[in-house]
Amino acid sequence: MDMKILVVDDEEDVKSLFEQKFRREIRGGQFEFSFAFSGEEALEFMQNHPSEVVMILSDINMPGMSGIELLKKIRADHPSAPPQVMMITAYGDAANHDQAMQLGADDFLTKPVNFNELKEKLLLL
Amino acid sequence: MHFIVAFFLVQYAHSVMKHTDHASKWDNFFKYARIVIFSLIATYYIANSPDWFGWIWNLGLLGLVRFFNQNDDFKSIRSTTQSVLPFVGISMVNDFFEQVFPKFFHSYEQFFQIALSFAFIFCFVIWFYARKQQKVLTQEREERLREEQIAKETKLSLEYLVAERTQELTQQKEELQKAIEELKATQNQLIQSEKMASLGELTAGIAHEIQNPLNFVNNFSEVSVELCQELEEEIDKTGIDDNDKDYIKGIISDLSQNQQKITHHGKRADSIVKGMLQHSRASSGEKEPVEVNALADEYMRLAYHGLRAKDKEFNAALVTDFDATIGTVNVLPQDLGRVFLNLFTNAFYAVAEKKRKLTEAGQLGDYKPEVKISTKKFDNKLYIRVSDNGTGMPEHVKAKIFQPFFTTKPTGQGTGLGLSMSYDIITNGHGGVLEVDTVEGEKTEFRITIPIA
Repeated sequence: MDMKILVVDDEEDVKSLFEQKFRREIRGGQFEFSFAFSGEEALEFMQNHPSEVVMILSDINMPGMSGIELLKKIRADHPSAPPQVMMITAYGDAANHDQAMQLGADDFLTKPVNFNELKEKLLLL
Repeated sequence: MHFIVAFFLVQYAHSVMKHTDHASKWDNFFKYARIVIFSLIATYYIANSPDWFGWIWNLGLLGLVRFFNQNDDFKSIRSTTQSVLPFVGISMVNDFFEQVFPKFFHSYEQFFQIALSFAFIFCFVIWFYARKQQKVLTQEREERLREEQIAKETKLSLEYLVAERTQELTQQKEELQKAIEELKATQNQLIQSEKMASLGELTAGIAHEIQNPLNFVNNFSEVSVELCQELEEEIDKTGIDDNDKDYIKGIISDLSQNQQKITHHGKRADSIVKGMLQHSRASSGEKEPVEVNALADEYMRLAYHGLRAKDKEFNAALVTDFDATIGTVNVLPQDLGRVFLNLFTNAFYAVAEKKRKLTEAGQLGDYKPEVKISTKKFDNKLYIRVSDNGTGMPEHVKAKIFQPFFTTKPTGQGTGLGLSMSYDIITNGHGGVLEVDTVEGEKTEFRITIPIA
């Protein structure tokens, strides 16, 4: 089985970082990563690949559509077969966390991302 | 007749003199003058009224008038006393004719008598007039005195009023001056805290900006280490010559070590950034009742043992002076704990530095490092003092200690964020005041004042 994961972050280097960090898993066909560099791009990707994406990892602070807005849109547009959404942010304060969880995020991680922890979480799905 | 004239002359002169400044000075004179007059009249009758006695009277009267005219004290009655002169003159002429030309005198006696009577009456008319004048004058004088009295009273009350106003004004001026000084102090404090606040914000802002790229540095260096390991494993699978393999593995090992170094220093930078970020998070969390004495004691020991762990030689006396009545106070325990940790770490560092310097100079003598904490609750305020007998600070250092990134410690030993964060926690987090007193080379004292709601 391969799990489709969409990573949303305005930093383009996130792509190569994830690809290197999850090299073995990608090679082993456990994960399949796609990348979007803005909230808008992420929505477009999901429209083009309906019901494919199982997991979304999204940054919160992005220019244009923020991660929180993206989360709202996803929860509104895909009420059936909803993907899992994990928010990743540099601002790990309680207010940010509570807001994301309230809007239906499945998990909340703070930067810098602990990739071993993330890997475990993804493998549990 | 002479007696009456003399008597009234003296009487008149005395009554006028009574109202002048010289009254007491002449009292005795008038007493003797009266006695002389009475004894003269007595002598006149005892001696059976001799004709020549008129001459004594006349000479006496002349002497009296002359005396009044020559003495400045009698200036005011001079003209009145001179009214006696016609009488004396006519009397003398009478006497002269009576004794030298008795026949002539007797045939014209009536004329002489009439002249004398006129002169006599003239005297009294003048005196009567002068007396009236005198009365008016006296009245005027009294009125003037009364007016003067009133003026004096008015002046006194005015002076009193002026003094009162002056005092009021002086007091107001002092109050205003005090208010200005207080305003200036408040302004300075505001400027200071504004400066600190904006520096704090700036610091937190910079930290946020740095954190993202720093995360990439750390993450990529970490993943590169993993990649190197993988590469090493992959090389073993190939059939390359062992010598070449070792050479390649050597390079990979160096690469791996370099990446580890990058990670290590990246982590160092990361901890600094974390410290900076705590600036903006200083006021997060809830205030809760905390045993401040226990908290201070705990962090004092924590800081002490932290330093002992790094430097086994280190030693310092821990002196505590806790106010047992404080009990629990509503504070941000973690934040206040951080303040204590910073203050104690600095205090221990200062005494350790002083000891080190004295030892180097060979002047240790009986220097005993001492760090003291004292607490006091008074007038709804909590006072905390952390003092040490360490190196102290020169004025230019003291001026900057609350600024972020200012440190006197060697590179790598201090971030320069401890005191600026402590300042932030006390002023913004607790609405209190953090002050410092120091004598270079002798001591430092940090004073925390927190209002207790």
